[in-house]
Amino acid sequence: MDLEVEEKRSRPLNELVALVEALIFVADEPIGAKVLAEVLEENKESVQAAVEELAREYESRESGLQIREIAGGWQIATRTELHEEVRKFLKTRPSAKLSLASLETLAVIAYKQPVTVPEILEIRGVQSASAIKTLLDKRLIVAKGRKETVGRPMQYGTSKDFLVQFGLKDLSELPSIEDFEDLVT
Amino acid sequence: MTAAQEPEQYTFDFHKETAQILGGASDDLKVKIGDFAGPLDLLLFLIRQERADIFDIPIARITEKYLEYIRLMKRLDISVAADFLVMAATLIEIKSRMLLPRDPSATEEEEFDDPRQELVDRLLEYEKFKTAAGMLYERSTIEQAVFTRGPIESDDNNAEIDASVFDLLTVFQKIAARHIEEIKMEIHREEISLADMIKSLKRRIFEQAELSMTAFFEEMHSKRELVTAFIAVLEIVRTESIRMVQSSTFGDIVLRKIEPQRG
Repeated sequence: MDLEVEEKRSRPLNELVALVEALIFVADEPIGAKVLAEVLEENKESVQAAVEELAREYESRESGLQIREIAGGWQIATRTELHEEVRKFLKTRPSAKLSLASLETLAVIAYKQPVTVPEILEIRGVQSASAIKTLLDKRLIVAKGRKETVGRPMQYGTSKDFLVQFGLKDLSELPSIEDFEDLVT
Repeated sequence: MTAAQEPEQYTFDFHKETAQILGGASDDLKVKIGDFAGPLDLLLFLIRQERADIFDIPIARITEKYLEYIRLMKRLDISVAADFLVMAATLIEIKSRMLLPRDPSATEEEEFDDPRQELVDRLLEYEKFKTAAGMLYERSTIEQAVFTRGPIESDDNNAEIDASVFDLLTVFQKIAARHIEEIKMEIHREEISLADMIKSLKRRIFEQAELSMTAFFEEMHSKRELVTAFIAVLEIVRTESIRMVQSSTFGDIVLRKIEPQRG
């Protein structure tokens, strides 16, 4: 009986490519191999292969769309080069940028997480309360419990939205902080 | 990395609104007010402006420039964050320690104990994160040129039917609280059965197409009636083609008849 449950379908590749394309298209968030495999009752490897094939197809016909690997999943998005026309149609302008202080605070949190407010102060040399509030409001960071130290300060870390908004597969895709050292000196 | 690329990285200008001190013109100094992200940011800016070596900061000159900037901010009525003043104090302290004669009996190791060391370490550590912030800025700029499709309407993202049992309870509690006074005065009861309540509620919804829950609960005279009304609402939503709609969080919940689907 267990064997039956374990049994996976195996559709021909072109059929699977069409299916993963449809699912990635309708998904609100980047959709991962695990979810795709579950829904399609296929194993993760064939799903992975199908998505890679789909990405190649988009690439080879110079599609206006691209398959992107973001926040541990895939999404279908327009190509960067087309942004002017897309924006003209959507009548949107690039959204407000984060302030210098917020970006710096976000950088400290991204690299030092989980990190407390006093620890951020130590690196930035300036109070970061309003920057932290902005980042929380924008859901780029989340509270990650309290640190077991004097005063039990709240610790912060980056959220999934952070990965999405900065186009990162996962945190390991961030360049190492030590790499920035070479640029500084 | 060639030497030619070096300045490019050094003048990393990801924030066009970065504050600048502009010399000359009518006043002795003009400031383009943006935001220095903090005292370390200002200090790095001054070190670069003075073309000083970060490993050999001319502390007297930099301190002077730093204080000049702080005074300028004050004169322009810009509130100077306490952290900027703390740094000013640190700079002055380092400056005075630099003026002290070295202990002639100090060993070589101790002589290396430069009063500027801690500050340099902090500046270098800070600059790494400042550069990282620039990297994040670039990533988000690229990200803003990429668009995904708009959300597809589904039960999950349709806020209209997002009234939960807790929302219902909140409305109920609000009304119940208002009724506390009246309940004290309650002398006789006008009993209304659940069946009658459902019947009248149904009639009203079908007549008016929609009915505000707050208004409906408001009409109840006693706690008992309120409870009956509440159960009637739950029952009617469960059994009839009527749904609850809440257009904004904590907003009024409206009971609405579901129109039969058209072909």
